[in-house]
Amino acid sequence: MSLLELSRVTKSFGAIHALQGVDLRIAAGEAVGLMGDNGAGKSTLMKIIAGNFPPTSGAIRIEGKDVHFHRPIDARHHGIEIVYQDLALCDNLTAAGNVFLGRELKKSVGPFKILDYKAMYQRAGELFGELKSETRPRDLVKQMSGGQRQAVAIARTRLSDPKLVLMDEPTAAISVRQVKEVLALIKRMKDTGHAVILVSHRMPDVFDVCDRVAVLRRGTKVADRRIKDTSPEEVTGLITGAIEHAL
Amino acid sequence: MSSTGQTTSQQISPTDAADPVDHAAIDDSITSRQEMTGLQAMIRTQPFWVMMAIIAIGIVMMFVSDVFMTERNMYNVSRNFAFFGIMALGMGAVICTGGIDLSVGSLMGLTGIVAGLVMQAGYGIELGFIACIGSAALVGLINGVLIAYVRLAPFVVTLGSLAMARSIAMVISNNKMVYEFGPDQDLFEWIGGQSVLGIPNPVWVLAILTIVFWLVWRYTIWGRWVIAIGGNAKAAKLAGIPVERVVVSVYMLSASMAGLAAFLMVGWFGSVTNALGLTYELNVIAATVIGGANLMGGVVYAFGAPIGAALMELIRNSLLLAGIDALWQQFFVGLFLVLAVLLEQVRNRGRVD
Ligand SMILES: Nc1ncnc2c1ncn2[C@@H]1O[C@H](COP(=O)(O)OP(=O)(O)OP(=O)(O)O)[C@@H](O)[C@H]1O
Ligand SMILES: [Mg+2]
Repeated sequence: MSLLELSRVTKSFGAIHALQGVDLRIAAGEAVGLMGDNGAGKSTLMKIIAGNFPPTSGAIRIEGKDVHFHRPIDARHHGIEIVYQDLALCDNLTAAGNVFLGRELKKSVGPFKILDYKAMYQRAGELFGELKSETRPRDLVKQMSGGQRQAVAIARTRLSDPKLVLMDEPTAAISVRQVKEVLALIKRMKDTGHAVILVSHRMPDVFDVCDRVAVLRRGTKVADRRIKDTSPEEVTGLITGAIEHAL
Repeated sequence: MSSTGQTTSQQISPTDAADPVDHAAIDDSITSRQEMTGLQAMIRTQPFWVMMAIIAIGIVMMFVSDVFMTERNMYNVSRNFAFFGIMALGMGAVICTGGIDLSVGSLMGLTGIVAGLVMQAGYGIELGFIACIGSAALVGLINGVLIAYVRLAPFVVTLGSLAMARSIAMVISNNKMVYEFGPDQDLFEWIGGQSVLGIPNPVWVLAILTIVFWLVWRYTIWGRWVIAIGGNAKAAKLAGIPVERVVVSVYMLSASMAGLAAFLMVGWFGSVTNALGLTYELNVIAATVIGGANLMGGVVYAFGAPIGAALMELIRNSLLLAGIDALWQQFFVGLFLVLAVLLEQVRNRGRVD
């Protein structure tokens, strides 16, 4: 049984048909690369899975059961975490504050539950350490580099033990060293039975860590190939439209 | 490893055991290098510099006027700014979300009249207080719902309630003064008009609320969420924060603070007309901004409220004692408002470099 199964997912924004009848399956421990030109509908698909907005039509099933997400928190309750392309961080909070945004750690002081800064700083520091990122938990996100902001957004997905992590261009703004760490992280997640969907424009990244690659072109899925059965050249052709279909 | 809260212990395996570099140690050292002492952090805040200005004006005034430092004058100054400080605490929350509440002055009129009428009708002070805060919170609820759910601009919504609340105050008071406050009249007038240990009661209320707000901003989830919404409402929403409900609560809080200020002020005056609090919204907003609030949202200091309000009252008092025409008062309030915003701008620029 697939962990996640999308069938005939369509999304329209008024006259714009961002997605048209997209099917996608992903199993536990699998990493799927999602590729496509700018505006192909990748982020839209990710946001539907993450509960940002419902599909116009089509079904989403998790472990065989139909689900209807109304808010991002619904998806999170089903074990789905996402790194948004625009990261969605609060500039006026610290790195740790952003990592724990919406699920702050608390401790009891008498009858009150108060924010546990020490625990949040410490845990955020550990997460940044795992990501080999030189992000300091107490720094304001406002003053951070693109890579550090990315680390904060990725660290957010690791607070819980998600079944599926969606990453929308997580390596777009970061250094070579950090790209390696993100890719290593994806491999570790696969090894521990987590599923990952990686949106990326970087062919080597997808071929390095993914088991399959799906290609979207103008809202339609035109290919879904096992990595070992395809080549960067073929995928490039599928993205640009030089090759029509390869399903 | 943290075992607190939602963090599950069954994590994705962390770093490989064979990893030769101790990243935790690196992070620790980076972290401690960054850390500031409490004093350094304080010096970077706007309320600190406004406090310095207050002290400087105070020192100058000690030479200019014999009356300034007298107990009597200090008593009056502190009591006068207490009402504005209390409202500025609530306004700070609203401004932190990137909103504004123009209705607080009219709300004082409305809630003061409501409290007065209830007690005049022979009910006790408890019911008067509940009616006062309750009617304030109700208007705040309406403001908040229109802003958070209907998505109208805060400026317009609260401008509307500024007009409507004042009008309702006029209607229900029949344009008459209320000066009889029923069975608990003495207690009511004592709360607003008297002192404990030589400090006016409204100042006690402000002091206690300031500490409460400081704790709320620093240690509560709600406070954290308000600040996050001011920073990036969309990100807050995506993180699962109930943004709409928090925004509504912020307007209810601001309105309730106006109700509380009215309750105290009517007790002090011993009477209330529907003109209570007329144009106070401008002073409250000015005090909040001087106290370090940023109209773009995302910044709040509990201590900014009393400090901002204190500076404004100090200017008024100093002009009076220095024998300068009272007509200059608004000029200096305006001047300090602009200086406060300028100061923040300069400090921010310094930080980017
Ligand atoms: N909220 C929205 N309202 C209207 N149109 C939208 C919205 N979100 C996306 N679109 C449109 O849907 C299409 C797909 O956009 P999407 O962001 O999914 O592309 P993408 O594949 O992620 O591109 P990129 O590689 O640039 O990130 C585009 O034509 C875009 O303009
Ligand atoms: Mg995108």
